[in-house]
Amino acid sequence: MVEAMTPTSAVSTGPDGVPSNAVNISIKHLYKIFGPNPAQHLAAVQQGMSKQELRDVHGHVLGLRDINIDMAGGAVQVVMGLSGSGKSTLIRHINRLIEPTAGELWAGEQNVMAMNPRRLRLFRRERTAMVFQNFALFPHLTVQENTEYGLQVQHVAQKVRRDAAMRWIERVGLKGYEDSYPNQLSGGMQQRVGLARALTNDAPILLMDEAFSALDPMIRSDMQSVLLDLQQELGKTIVFITHDLEEALRLGDRIAILRDGEVVQQGTGQQIVLKPADDYISSFIKDVNRGRVIRCRTLMTPGVTVDGPNVDASLVLEEVARVLSAAGKEAANVINSRGKLLGSITMSDLIAAMVPPKADAASEPA
Amino acid sequence: MNDWIKTFPTMESEQLSNLRRFIDASFRSFSREYGDALEHLFDPLREFLIFSERLMTQSPWPMVISAIALLAWLASRSRKITLGTVLTLLAIGYFGMWEDTMKTISMIFVCTVVALVLGLPIGIAMSRWDRLQRAINPALDVMQTMPSFVYLIPVVMLLGIGRVAGMIAVVVYAIPPVIRFTDLGIRLVRKDLLEAADAFGASTWQKMFNIQLPLALPTIMAGINQTIMLSLAMVVIASMIGVQGLGQPVLKAIANQYFTMGMFNGLAIVGIAIIFDRVSQTYGKRLQKHLEVLHG
Repeated sequence: MVEAMTPTSAVSTGPDGVPSNAVNISIKHLYKIFGPNPAQHLAAVQQGMSKQELRDVHGHVLGLRDINIDMAGGAVQVVMGLSGSGKSTLIRHINRLIEPTAGELWAGEQNVMAMNPRRLRLFRRERTAMVFQNFALFPHLTVQENTEYGLQVQHVAQKVRRDAAMRWIERVGLKGYEDSYPNQLSGGMQQRVGLARALTNDAPILLMDEAFSALDPMIRSDMQSVLLDLQQELGKTIVFITHDLEEALRLGDRIAILRDGEVVQQGTGQQIVLKPADDYISSFIKDVNRGRVIRCRTLMTPGVTVDGPNVDASLVLEEVARVLSAAGKEAANVINSRGKLLGSITMSDLIAAMVPPKADAASEPA
Repeated sequence: MNDWIKTFPTMESEQLSNLRRFIDASFRSFSREYGDALEHLFDPLREFLIFSERLMTQSPWPMVISAIALLAWLASRSRKITLGTVLTLLAIGYFGMWEDTMKTISMIFVCTVVALVLGLPIGIAMSRWDRLQRAINPALDVMQTMPSFVYLIPVVMLLGIGRVAGMIAVVVYAIPPVIRFTDLGIRLVRKDLLEAADAFGASTWQKMFNIQLPLALPTIMAGINQTIMLSLAMVVIASMIGVQGLGQPVLKAIANQYFTMGMFNGLAIVGIAIIFDRVSQTYGKRLQKHLEVLHG
């Protein structure tokens, strides 16, 4: 995919567009306490002081407690939680827009916590790009100039960055709008600019903070498709924050669920929907239409070939079931968008996954 | 009984006059000591003042009017404002106030440039450091509320009567809006935009020049507009210490009760004030074009 390459990606992207440099992100024992004197209360929090006690007695707010997440390179890691769960705080730790109170943060071989301001700036320029919930487009710059911003900061020559920006503006479907100002665009179009701005940076890590939450449902699902399509060819390490479980299940290769600053469960979408760790998560997932949100990629048995129709990895179970019953087969082969065989899936897998577990089934309205 | 309730307890008049005498004497000796050195320090400014005055008064008038009209057009892109500018200048010239008006415009031009050169960096620095803001704000309050005649005195004592002294008085009086509005404009820039710039690895300077200043520009323009208006007001007062221009005939008219002369020159000042105001305001508005919302 030569046309998808931006100038700085020449080294980092292999000839077929599959990244050779996907970066793992590893968060270890991360704590964040907000307040005038966080270090003073760290030890007590590490020994288990409750969020309530910290706030009522000591006047500090617990942002994050003992976060441990390993994010696989080239995969989409969703961090999900309701408002106040600390998910936006967490994503801002990855590029250190927020300084942790304690803990380690690794991006590949790089220790992000050990970086001095200069190194950190370089890390942000070259290794990360971010998309924001409220777009945060610069209102005084045109779509073109906004998209170029990351490269401009890196002092890339104007011609080069213009070409790179144009390519991504076209890719997100905004050709013809490059001279418009953000205020002249609708919300969905603005977030396409936000996405183009982040992608033009061509960083291996893409941070998306509730990137689609401010959009209408239709446009949101549209943008999710855009992102999934792009990710198939880019293979970046994407950290995606959302409060919407359906979005989490649709996008996430892995999902971590945050509550009150702590990780309650992490795993694949399938693991979370099929084996919720506690009542909190059960109540979360009970209304999910499993057949419509679980993709066959999460359910397939990798590597095994069967006699049956081919289905795309991004198809949801309901659609696979439709294909299978139309073909009159018991199993299907799962392939990616380029036709490569990934694994297989059987009708009984589908049915088992689509029916909620017993405890929930009883409480579900007819 | 209780004398001190009826009459306010004051310093003894002898002490008070001693205090005054002491301050005056030390300031006088200071100005005797350093006055010359200070005057030389301001030599480049004097050159600048003289140069700009010569440029305005010695160029042929059609050229000056065309140049001003061109500037008005470039800044406002409005035919109405440009036409108004030309007509006002023609009327001023026809009533015999051309030379004085040119001197005033040149003075205001120099004063505004000096105010910007000093004010913008101070405003930027204030927006970055809260402590500096707390220190400078009271000084700006003093500069704006102190009756303008009062600080003519030390300026004249130090530099004597003339252009440079007048210019300093005008700049002191007119600079606070630039400083305040620059500070305010930068502080009003949305925090999420700065976070976005940070996330892309922008340095402090890159943020300042590519994000904060451009977004603060409409606010800063409002401050510049205020500064121009204030320097125009002060130029008349500064004519008392030898600043040439429209202020001089006004002063003469006050002293001699020449009603018509005062009116004409006063109206000329109003005329150029309106020109400056409209042109700089429409320019400020044009800067905000990107804020227009076009979609439904």
